[in-house]
Amino acid sequence: MLTLENLSKLFGGVRAVDDVSLTIREGEIFGLIGPNGSGKSTTINLITGLYTPTTGKVTLDGHDLTAMAQHERTSMGVARTFQNIRLFGNLTVAQNLWVAQNGHEQRRAHFLARWFKAGGEHGPDIEELLRFSQLHSKRDLQANALSFGEMRRLEMARALASNPRVLLLDEPAAGASQEDAQLLAERIRAVRDRGVTVLLIEHMMELVMGITDRIAVLNFGRKIAEGSPAEVQMNEDVRAAYLGGSHKNEELVHA
Amino acid sequence: MDFYFGLLQIFGVHTLLGLSAYVVLLTGQVSMAQAGFYAIGAYTAGAGTAMFGIHILPAIIVAGLVTAVIACIVGFPALRVKGLMLVVATLAFGEMVRLFFFNLTWQVDRGGELVGPNGAEGFRSIRYFPEHGWEVWHVTAFIWAVVIVVMVALWWVDRTRAGAVLRAVGHDETAAQSIGLNLTAVKVGAMTAGGFIAGLGGGIYAHTVTHIEHGVFGVLLATFAIAYPILGGLGSVFGTVIAVLFIQGFLIEGLRFLGDWRSLLFGALIVLAMNLRPTGLLGEHAPRWFRRRKTGSEPLELKEAN
Ligand SMILES: Nc1ncnc2c1ncn2[C@@H]1O[C@H](COP(=O)(O)OP(=O)(O)OP(=O)(O)O)[C@@H](O)[C@H]1O
Ligand SMILES: [Mg+2]
Repeated sequence: MLTLENLSKLFGGVRAVDDVSLTIREGEIFGLIGPNGSGKSTTINLITGLYTPTTGKVTLDGHDLTAMAQHERTSMGVARTFQNIRLFGNLTVAQNLWVAQNGHEQRRAHFLARWFKAGGEHGPDIEELLRFSQLHSKRDLQANALSFGEMRRLEMARALASNPRVLLLDEPAAGASQEDAQLLAERIRAVRDRGVTVLLIEHMMELVMGITDRIAVLNFGRKIAEGSPAEVQMNEDVRAAYLGGSHKNEELVHA
Repeated sequence: MDFYFGLLQIFGVHTLLGLSAYVVLLTGQVSMAQAGFYAIGAYTAGAGTAMFGIHILPAIIVAGLVTAVIACIVGFPALRVKGLMLVVATLAFGEMVRLFFFNLTWQVDRGGELVGPNGAEGFRSIRYFPEHGWEVWHVTAFIWAVVIVVMVALWWVDRTRAGAVLRAVGHDETAAQSIGLNLTAVKVGAMTAGGFIAGLGGGIYAHTVTHIEHGVFGVLLATFAIAYPILGGLGSVFGTVIAVLFIQGFLIEGLRFLGDWRSLLFGALIVLAMNLRPTGLLGEHAPRWFRRRKTGSEPLELKEAN
């Protein structure tokens, strides 16, 4: 459903993403892993349109997204979270979800109803998302008053508020305890079970190996492997990349 | 007594000017174009009543609409740039408007007298109020009626999704784009609304002074316009009103004996305020008595009490 075709992004001389092609199938949880600086976040930024690719294209169900503005991609069904959480700290928890209701269906609502109806942050969709994310008791709190874990939950809820078809998660478990990661895994599965396709970037290998259907591995911007979690774990290139490269990812080798 | 009514009138029109900058500032844009919009409103409404003899109310509404259209057109290119570049771009626009009126001569014959903008001489005899027997307190009440309508409208918009969206864009443009907001539409929308309010304010201003000329609409006025919401904070419209009372009432009127030194004080005050309270005198939140109770904050307060 979501395909990247020969996608590349150059920053000056740095090939952050180098000729990556991927196909993510409808309804799967797809893992994107790789050492630090291997181009994972850049890939998400190319899919959402925050960055323009140097070459290559992104399509969703055959529709070419490459030339679309970010907000148009949202109404096509693309939503994301950020590696370094970006909430609207000056709004309440419920308002953070309210402003994000820009999906395809929501855009068809009458202009006045969509923009100038007061109190819409109490709508049924928002209530449900708040409960789903265990933020119901915090609904009227300023977002910048939340704990770190709550902020991560809110950011994912905000991404879901537009009723996306594909959810791109950039290290949602960073800084989370084992227990929280477990809850996160359940939440991601629940999202998928409602028909949302998930692209998950994550360093916590237990989580990735546990819930993804397929995984692609990036190293220095290139895709070096793709397959089931088991296949990827056995892959020689992947082991070499993780052992040779960074510190924190011996996990993969031992997992 | 007339002196105090006059002062209230100044507060009123400056509140409109400040609110026009407030709307734009909500989206994070520092606009120095508001004095230019105010000028367009002033000349348009002046032309409406003095040259074409229409009633004051439609005259200021037309002035608001004309200004809104111009603000919308200016918004598209101007809001592509950010921060300091936007300040420079909007400042340049304001000066363009001022110079336009400096050069504009367009007069019509009304009852044997030529009225209309007359270049550097300005636009004289915008005498709708005295000609129609409005007393000074009528005028004052009229101004504040308009101010209150605008304040209520903005207060209400703040409770709608549009208000939350303006604040979201002001807080983080990248995040706002990622959730599907069209930045251009939101910013230009705010600029248009700000233009309308500035146009209304300028339109009324022209009638309170009866004689307008380009010099009034310069950089100093633009600085006042943006200073009100910056000092008052973005918590609510009341911050801007309080900042107007403080600057126009205390700094300009109260310290009149200081003469031109007041401008220096004004500059120093802005620098000081930005350093001490970057979110404005009243902060980013509405004053407590205007705020709805936040249930979620209770556990926090308990913790502090223990
Ligand atoms: N905006 C940018 N400007 C310049 N270089 C960039 C930019 N964004 C990313 N890069 C570079 O591109 C490369 C890939 O970065 P990216 O953030 O995509 O890695 P990542 O896989 O997400 O890493 P991490 O696991 O640390 O989050 C890095 O070398 C990084 O320095
Ligand atoms: Mg990253």
